[in-house]
Amino acid sequence: MSECTERSEGRERMPGQHGMSECTERSEGRERMPGQHGMSECTERSEGRERMPGQHSMRELSARPENAAVGVAIPHESATLHVTGAALYTEDLVVRTKDVLHAHPVQVPHAHARVTALRVAPALAVPGVVRVLTAADVPGVNDGGVKHDEPLFPDEVMFFGHAVCWVLAETAEAARLGAAAVEVDVAPLPSHVTLADAIAAGSFQGAKPQVVRGDVEAGLAGAAHVFHGALEFAGQEHFYLETQCALAHVDEAGQIFVQSSTQHPSETQEIVAHVLGRASHEVTVQCLRMGGGFGGKEMQPHGFAAIAALGATLTGRPVLVRLTRTQDLTMTGKRHGFHVDWRVGFDADGRLAALDATLTADGGWSLDLSEPVLARALCHVDNAYWLPHARLTGRIARTHKTSSTAFRGFGGPQGMMVIEDILGRCAPLLGIDPAELRRRNFYQEGQSTPYGQPVRHPERLHRLWQQVLDSGEVAERQQRIAAFNAAHPHTKRALALTPVKFGISFNFTAFNQAGALVHVYKDGSVLINHGGTEMGQGLHTKMLQVAATTLGIPLARVRLAPTRTDKVPNTSATAASSGADLNGGAVRNACAQIRDRLAAVAGTMLGADAADVRIIDGVARRAGAADGVGWDELVRAAYFQRVQLFAAGFYRTEGLHWDASVMRGSPFKYFAYGVAAAEVEVDGFTGANRTRRVDIVHDVGDSLSPLIDVGQIEGGFVQGAGWLTLEDLRWETGGPARGRLSTQGASTYKLPGLFDMPEVFHVTLLTDATEDGVVYGSKAVGEPPLMLAFCVREALRQAAAAFGPAGISVDLASPATPEAVFWAVERARTGDGRGQVLERAGEAVHHG
Amino acid sequence: MVAAKIHVNGRDIPLGDIPAHTTALEWLRGIGLTGCKEGCGEGECGACSVLVARAGVDTPTEWVAVNACLLPAAGLDGQEVVTVEGLGDPDHLHPVQHEMAVRGGSQCGYCTPGFVCSMAAEFYRPGREADRPDADHGPNGFDLHALSGNLCRCTGYRPIRDAAYALGAAPGGDPLARRRDEPAPPPRPTRLRHGDGAFVRPAALADALTLLREHPEATVVAGATDWGVEVNLRGARAVLAVAIDRLPELRGFTVGPDHIEAGAALTLTEFERRLAGRVPLLDQLFPVFASRLIRNSATVGGNLGTGSPIGDCAPVLLALDATVLLTSADGEREVPLADYFTGYRRSVRRPGELIRAVRIPLPPAGLAAFHKISKRRFDDISSVAAAFALDVVDGTVVRARIGLGGVAATPIRARATEAALEGEPWSAATADAAARVLRGEGTPLDDHRASAAYRAAMLEQGLRKLWADRPPEATA
Repeated sequence: MSECTERSEGRERMPGQHGMSECTERSEGRERMPGQHGMSECTERSEGRERMPGQHSMRELSARPENAAVGVAIPHESATLHVTGAALYTEDLVVRTKDVLHAHPVQVPHAHARVTALRVAPALAVPGVVRVLTAADVPGVNDGGVKHDEPLFPDEVMFFGHAVCWVLAETAEAARLGAAAVEVDVAPLPSHVTLADAIAAGSFQGAKPQVVRGDVEAGLAGAAHVFHGALEFAGQEHFYLETQCALAHVDEAGQIFVQSSTQHPSETQEIVAHVLGRASHEVTVQCLRMGGGFGGKEMQPHGFAAIAALGATLTGRPVLVRLTRTQDLTMTGKRHGFHVDWRVGFDADGRLAALDATLTADGGWSLDLSEPVLARALCHVDNAYWLPHARLTGRIARTHKTSSTAFRGFGGPQGMMVIEDILGRCAPLLGIDPAELRRRNFYQEGQSTPYGQPVRHPERLHRLWQQVLDSGEVAERQQRIAAFNAAHPHTKRALALTPVKFGISFNFTAFNQAGALVHVYKDGSVLINHGGTEMGQGLHTKMLQVAATTLGIPLARVRLAPTRTDKVPNTSATAASSGADLNGGAVRNACAQIRDRLAAVAGTMLGADAADVRIIDGVARRAGAADGVGWDELVRAAYFQRVQLFAAGFYRTEGLHWDASVMRGSPFKYFAYGVAAAEVEVDGFTGANRTRRVDIVHDVGDSLSPLIDVGQIEGGFVQGAGWLTLEDLRWETGGPARGRLSTQGASTYKLPGLFDMPEVFHVTLLTDATEDGVVYGSKAVGEPPLMLAFCVREALRQAAAAFGPAGISVDLASPATPEAVFWAVERARTGDGRGQVLERAGEAVHHG
Repeated sequence: MVAAKIHVNGRDIPLGDIPAHTTALEWLRGIGLTGCKEGCGEGECGACSVLVARAGVDTPTEWVAVNACLLPAAGLDGQEVVTVEGLGDPDHLHPVQHEMAVRGGSQCGYCTPGFVCSMAAEFYRPGREADRPDADHGPNGFDLHALSGNLCRCTGYRPIRDAAYALGAAPGGDPLARRRDEPAPPPRPTRLRHGDGAFVRPAALADALTLLREHPEATVVAGATDWGVEVNLRGARAVLAVAIDRLPELRGFTVGPDHIEAGAALTLTEFERRLAGRVPLLDQLFPVFASRLIRNSATVGGNLGTGSPIGDCAPVLLALDATVLLTSADGEREVPLADYFTGYRRSVRRPGELIRAVRIPLPPAGLAAFHKISKRRFDDISSVAAAFALDVVDGTVVRARIGLGGVAATPIRARATEAALEGEPWSAATADAAARVLRGEGTPLDDHRASAAYRAAMLEQGLRKLWADRPPEATA
């Protein structure tokens, strides 16, 4: 019951929880940057400022009209196409395209080597081979990235399997045989294939950012308990079911058209243009849909699209680049693995006093998105917990492996891993139940993150936590688990809860903009374009709902056109969970412009003031009136009155500021929150385990599309659990195959299967959760749920501990495969539970 | 010989002039049926799943889901195939498609056609009784293991499970349901030559053996679940592929007084169904042997024939004291499985010789267990596999057979451990002593699946677990 008391206190302001210095710091921050402002100020300011037509204040943006199409649980807009096989993906277009050439890479089997000779003539002798693309063919810039460190045709092999040239042939088989015939001479160079190698050699790249608040040394010196340790955890392969794919054509006027499985068509367009030495308006990129992206198609598709486009311009024929699974696994980037050294201090009550951590990201061979990933990692080390003093240092190792890149969560999972691992390892040493230790450290109203952003709505964390405790029957189950464990020497169960607080917006402020183009045709049908891409996350479904809601018409009247750079330019990646927030804002803006024009027409027809006209369910009426004018009639009337029936929409997220040079500011529009509880069972003989039950309550604001959002939560959770417990990237570290990815297929890299999902799986959306200032009161959902999966890892840690005496700190390797769990069980059994967690101060620590 | 053709979604389509290594997936996509997808090319993800009509155990025909990425297209000559497009279209959804669509069973949609086909096969499974669920199946008799070979990276599977469990019985007029009552298309001889490669399906065993004698370089293909991976991932190409999987002489199944004889070309699924629980140790193997999709194609003989040290059949059959019947144009010989493997992927099988059948002595041992150690619980490759078969009489271990996979260049018998058990009382002390012996068997390696230390520990733990899990009656 003391928990309850504390919890209700937690909801009140706890002035003692944050010192004066923190308050001062925050208010100073605000005053120093008058151009940037918090939420309430922002609303006031935008009222006073000239707004684009159709753009509304933040409160209006979040308000929902009557009978809104948003908030209704509907299936994915392509569901019937998916289930019948009618949905087309880029490679499916090949059978519908004449004379396509197939491309095959020439991959060099060295971790690091200089190319001393490249002989393509033998390939040209292979029947069916048409051309070999090499660096000499590039009319523009020989680079497939945005940092100019990713040569498309390299003369230095930077990782095992790096492609140095590409063979084009009439068939995939001929291209494969042609690629095998190309002769590459290399001079091997020294390589670093593990993080430890790179750190020892001082092999780093890019920025070394640091987030600092307060005085860490003083905080640690004053702490009642100080621990330090290290942790290293692996990356993750995206394993989108559709591998990277691009199909390029050149039309009669030299216009290049690339169909690409890309999350970032505008950047694909830019890179195709710079490789070809063309202007952006000569290149159009279209993405029908992707067979999964997860961040793996944010940067990685560009080079492949450029190869296809280069081949098409040189041969005049359509060119397909479609990676086999092995090529995709061995050539494209993955989630960053990290190494972390940490020191942490707790006060006598188990409250975090100070954290000093150095996070080293394994960037792989090129910089790619490692800098923003690292920035987000540093901005998520706090997760849901108040850190009075923090020094979080980041650096990026350069290793001779595939380039680490964006992956759902984008550094957030890696940052949170640090604090969740620390809390999980320290709880037994502090003698505090891990769940209680976590709850006790939650943010309270008025506190801010280590990088200086006020934490708005921290009470939602407390609400979510309590809701999971209640709906998950956690107290009763903990009793049942204790009884089970007492009766079963060889099998142990455990239940763990973990929270998520995840910042929404691109850290880089400029990316927080989006466009849309909405057409209303004379017959009343509506076609929407927007800059976001569909990778399964249901963005298009939500955009249809937003358009129908804003226009006030049935969903069936709205259709969505494929994402194309010639419809909406200069788009940001569909990434950072921001697809619905940004594109929804833009679609809503375009629709609102049209709606306002139609309201004026309807006002004239109904003898009412345009401001009093509402369009609901396809009928325009004066508020409260019975009679109205139907949508089709209204549209027709507007056409004959020469009213513009199409509009470009634009949205930019207000209220953001971020100074990357000092890693301070408020980079996020808001935080998405969630809490999850997992119950696992571990077999002490083998470490094999099952997730018996998971309860999640997650905050998506007012959901735009509940079926879609629940799908994102469940899918994100299982993908996160896969990263933490199953998916095991292994690289050869010695011998002639040093640097080779040894898990380069679905047979060796295991994704969660149907039997790996929680046997009982309850997902609930938080109610009464309207988010002001976001389209129709919703919140982003793409990434945050992935990090709910920490509860599985923590439950495994606790179950392993249950095989030994109480008070053991269990060091659990990541991923927590059965083997890793087995070794954790063995250490717990033998009482070797100190792990790397060492107490520095010799002061009172409660050992069990 | 009749021109090769495949009956797809109700229409005969000529196979055409295709390379012999063309997979069914490539062929189907090439004729415009792009619903089936390649997700991995090695039969792990199931995005390529399609239905084929095969002779059933309970009905004349069954709809069986298979990985089209592994099957040679030529192997389907004369057969009937239904793809996702043949089940329904956007205006006429099949019940499986409907449930998947409305419940959020698809997100990116790429794996979805494969799930739909695997789910449809289970929907039409003759033994499924939608109104009489049991403990092993869902509320509608649906066996979720039907989906164990399909991977989804988006949904987390819950809505897919819900869709599977929402399916009723096949409606009366359903053409695919009715098709089950007609005979399955018989296998027919096929001869396909293109460029440097050929695919031949002989009509009878004698023809196959003659062919193999004349062409010792030929590649023998049964379910192609191993060969297909070589073709797709490592560019293996056969000069001559000889398909033996439908040879009637290799598909027998007899239960005699002292042994069971099972044809080498029975698929694992057929083997399981024919055994009908007679050998409990094998029943522990089947659910963890790859996936249902693979078990529908992979054969018993193929699993032994590849000689992989991590094939899961071998440890179990070693523990069962099985023998293999090797046949050639010169005659037949019986070889104990324990003497069959001679080195990494090598065996006593001579060129021109085929495994015709395996023999399993009866009755099986009273105390038996199969422990498969792998990262993922289902559809994974073993890091260690251990099969135990003990006869305990009056509290004494009178006979012990232990088969191991994953700890040496071949599957092995744990002979030292067997010796440590035989003649000893079945007790905690015996199990403990034997566990320490078992730990030292084989020469386990470090690799991406597991460390050598873990493999050794798993051997030891296996015997401890066998003791801990002992049924009360075996304790005596």
